[in-house]
Amino acid sequence: MNWTAIRSIFVFEMFRFFRTIAQSFLAPVISTSLYFVVFGAAIGSRIAEMEGVSYGAFIVPGLIMLTVITQSISNASFGIYFPKFIGTFFELLTAPISFIEIVIGYVGAAATKALIIGVIILITAKFFVDFSIQHPLAMILFLVLTTISFALFGFILGIWAGNFEQLQIVPLLIVTPLVFLGGSFYSISMLPNFWQTISMFNPVVYLISGFRWAFFGTADVPIITSLFAIGLFTAVCLGVIWWIFKTGWRIRE
Amino acid sequence: MADIVEIKNLRKSYKDGFEALKGVNLGIREGEILALLGPNGAGKTTLISTICGITTATGGSVTVGGYDIVDDFRAARSMIGLVPQEINLEPFERVINTVRFSRGLFGKGRDDAAVEKVLKQLSLWDKKDNQIRELSGGMKRRVLIAKALAHDPRVLFLDEPTAGVDVELRKDMWEVVAGLKADGVTIILTTHYIEEAEAIADRVGVIAKGELMLVEDKETLMQRMGQKELEVQLTKSIDALPESLQSDALRLSEDGKALIYSYDTRAERTGITKLLAQVADAGLVLRDVVTRQSSLEEIFVGLVHDKDKEDAA
Repeated sequence: MNWTAIRSIFVFEMFRFFRTIAQSFLAPVISTSLYFVVFGAAIGSRIAEMEGVSYGAFIVPGLIMLTVITQSISNASFGIYFPKFIGTFFELLTAPISFIEIVIGYVGAAATKALIIGVIILITAKFFVDFSIQHPLAMILFLVLTTISFALFGFILGIWAGNFEQLQIVPLLIVTPLVFLGGSFYSISMLPNFWQTISMFNPVVYLISGFRWAFFGTADVPIITSLFAIGLFTAVCLGVIWWIFKTGWRIRE
Repeated sequence: MADIVEIKNLRKSYKDGFEALKGVNLGIREGEILALLGPNGAGKTTLISTICGITTATGGSVTVGGYDIVDDFRAARSMIGLVPQEINLEPFERVINTVRFSRGLFGKGRDDAAVEKVLKQLSLWDKKDNQIRELSGGMKRRVLIAKALAHDPRVLFLDEPTAGVDVELRKDMWEVVAGLKADGVTIILTTHYIEEAEAIADRVGVIAKGELMLVEDKETLMQRMGQKELEVQLTKSIDALPESLQSDALRLSEDGKALIYSYDTRAERTGITKLLAQVADAGLVLRDVVTRQSSLEEIFVGLVHDKDKEDAA
């Protein structure tokens, strides 16, 4: 294992993040604040308590997940697509490193950025609503697992994408709807039976449910099921990445 | 000198059946500058890409410093630096950061002195904090070389380093290459400028249609180039050379209308005066006198042309 190479990729990627610090931090903070103002204060004040917590607090885990998932994907997909786009990708192929180092470097950096943003949103949320975290360790575990698994997914997306449009289309058409319909703003139990069943096919439901359990101790699905779902998703992404590097798909063509 | 890179029967074919490399065998000696000449699409870049790990070979093997590029890819690649044909750089990154990144990527720990040495060697030190997009084309090429050298490779591949570069910059680049050779780096460069191969290479290889047509010391090639032919055209054709003119260097053309004399321009005496006197003594009347020189370009074009005809047949 070439740790020096991993560190180099990681540091280089983090530098890119800090160079565009306004975009990287301000954008998610502002959009989350808007959600709190609109859903938490304006609309939320007219909604009764959800599962024992105020609506403003109820949406905190969902909002963090919404941003963390989109950030993990966009950071990782852009991180690996950009070298392909400008042609510096050759350097990764000629370096004495295997795909393991490349993945740890890029996915690690993307996940770290998303994690930082997640924490910032958590702090921002504190300014708007009052809430406490019942299982802080579980919350951190869920946050870390989510950033890593979706950064892996973003990595695959970045390898697959042939242009910037393709890079945007999957998050836009698939991921955002899945996250919105995954219970960011409501409890799955509020849905009619039919839609509840449909929702069970949405992997994001398990994430948000588990994450919310870490905050308030209530969940739509058992916590073990949530962990299993996220583990499965991570395993599938790792399998796909392993296959990509084994066959050279979109890399050594 | 030992071979630092050994290429054995290297083949590369694509799914559509196109064969980019058709069994290339080549030994690259430590410390030399080898120029690979060939027209566009000959397989020069494919050869380099395969050795460096950008594409995978269909067959054959390559070792660098004794390490197989597939089985021992970490050891083999640590010894290699590649300067690509295209200027592929992060536009918003600072020069020194990209060079540091390249060094780290190849597993070498941060070493500011080493990075400084490379940047100074390429006259980039005063540009080290500039963003790459602010640099001129020539400077960008230097950054590419600096990145490739950041991990102290023993073998450096330069893929068309002077394509589309003006004359001054080309000479500049040759000086850089000469300096690297003096440091003991083995250099393989591809080019389609014959003068470039003549100017800096120790050996010259010619690639056409995925095959290595020839690899020879430049000196040997230059000697071939030093050979000149003098054609003495006659007013009347003759059947055979007169007794008095018989020599190894002289022959009669097929139609009997000309005498063809081979000589070395760099020899102290070319023997032309003597020959012309002998021709006059033999009673032959001259119509015209023509001299011809075989250049590296002719050798090169001839080889590629022969290959075309061979393939057509």
